[in-house]
Amino acid sequence: MEITSATPPGPPPPRKTSRAGDRIFLGLSRGSGILLLVIMAAIAVFLTVRATSALSKNEGDFFTTFEWAANSTPPKFGIAVLAFGTVVSSLIAMLIAVPVAIGIALFISHYAPRKLAAPLSYVIDLLAAVPSIVYGLWGALFLVPHLGGLYTWLNDYFGWTGIFAYQGGAARSLFTIGILLAIMILPIVTSVSREVFLQAPKMHEEAALALGATRWEVIRMSVLPFGRSGVISASMLGLGRALGETMAVATVLSPSFTIGKSLLDPGGGTFAQNIASSFKESGEIGKDALIASGLVLFVLTLLVNGAARLIIARRKEYTA
Amino acid sequence: MAKRIDVSGLNAYYGTHKAIEDISMTVEPRSVTAFIGPSGCGKSTFLRTLNRMHEVTPGGRVEGKVMLDDENLYGSGVDPVAVRRTVGMVFQRPNPFPTMSIYENVVAGVRLNGGRYRKSELDGIVEKSLKGANLWNEVKDRLNKPGAGLSGGQQQRLCIARAIAVEPQVLLMDEPCSALDPISTLAIEDLIGELKERFTIVIVTHNMQQAARVSDRTAFFNLAGVGQPGKLIEIDDTERIFSNPSVQATEDYISGRFG
Repeated sequence: MEITSATPPGPPPPRKTSRAGDRIFLGLSRGSGILLLVIMAAIAVFLTVRATSALSKNEGDFFTTFEWAANSTPPKFGIAVLAFGTVVSSLIAMLIAVPVAIGIALFISHYAPRKLAAPLSYVIDLLAAVPSIVYGLWGALFLVPHLGGLYTWLNDYFGWTGIFAYQGGAARSLFTIGILLAIMILPIVTSVSREVFLQAPKMHEEAALALGATRWEVIRMSVLPFGRSGVISASMLGLGRALGETMAVATVLSPSFTIGKSLLDPGGGTFAQNIASSFKESGEIGKDALIASGLVLFVLTLLVNGAARLIIARRKEYTA
Repeated sequence: MAKRIDVSGLNAYYGTHKAIEDISMTVEPRSVTAFIGPSGCGKSTFLRTLNRMHEVTPGGRVEGKVMLDDENLYGSGVDPVAVRRTVGMVFQRPNPFPTMSIYENVVAGVRLNGGRYRKSELDGIVEKSLKGANLWNEVKDRLNKPGAGLSGGQQQRLCIARAIAVEPQVLLMDEPCSALDPISTLAIEDLIGELKERFTIVIVTHNMQQAARVSDRTAFFNLAGVGQPGKLIEIDDTERIFSNPSVQATEDYISGRFG
């Protein structure tokens, strides 16, 4: 077979011109992308290196030890209590906040008269602007002293389950943290859900209406299916915030390295709270140990985000 | 199954703007009535007053009487939700529910308002409605696939199947073919001819040949100018409207002198 040189006949192709603006923009956007990757890698490397040095000196099992004595010799620390406290308080927050947020978002987008909807969404957004230390103060000074009644009620009716047993004492428990976190993540979940519900296509709402659907049936048939993936990502955003919340938790909780049988038992801890509370008094190994726990929180948050993306991707085929 | 519509002195508003003024007409059962007229003349608005969809628009308001046989749709104590079950509607753009399968789309209206049916009953409704919409042979092997996966013309026939599944008295169609290709349009027009055996059909169309092909009666709407309310100019047998209309404006419009 004969190989011919590939010079096509005809006029030469138009010369590729490059414009200064395009090149600058390309450089800027490519640079930002690379910078982001570099920062992520730097954080991961920093966390891993410091964490490894602490873990190599750890006398206890990192995952099952119920104490945090990273500054004693030999150091002994484990994240069991922190992982439990973080996950449980965030789950309680989700269970409370997500239904309420969906309700508020639907009310604003589909029920409230326009005159009420605008100020209401403004107030919700305002909740997000409150600094978390203020939530912490409010939680410690108002919520904790006023939750005794709710705790007693829960104990009376649901005490038999064990997880709602209440022995009296200050309401500085994971349950209170859950309530506080619920209020804190409410605005983000609400406003993202509201935006999604507002985008529900009019033509599907009209389709449902024309079939003789009531307002609730319109929402169930056309708005909720459309908004489902948006609500899931909104919830995950909220969960991410709840998992990492620091100051409010540190202000309200009375930390202890125990896992209570009841959600209403005082004590427990979360990753972020433990780092904030222990950092100042920590020595070299103590700080590295805290960084190791931070690495776990980092991975946990990544897993949550990954799970959310999976759920949303699976729903994609239905959102035309 | 099909009822007569009798409209008298009907005005409809968007906020303070009067969109249509003083419309009175009678639509015979088991016939096809076409609404034609230039854009903005209020024919779609009028159509939407016939199943109380107009008032869903913010600021939408209606005055006057729409009698369905001997019941006034705007009488006090009449539930708009009940009206919309009796008067079905098909829209300009096919709008099957994207998260539902073909099967679920057809029974969506049947299942509303707490309707509980056995599986066999629902199966029967689905087959009957899809056959009624000339779609059964094309989809019977994939009833559980998403309705949004069908072609535009098939989606529109799915919407018609969904509308007739609740056994309405009247079927309103708001430019049902304007988003479809000619072949799909023909399929829908043939279907309209079959459906008028069972339903009272009112169709809004921009396509005058379509009005001439499918309808028994034609109503011509017009407006005096921008911002003026739309009015019914005349309604008559389709043949007469397209051959010898009694109003000059109608003749000007159908002969293409304006619009």
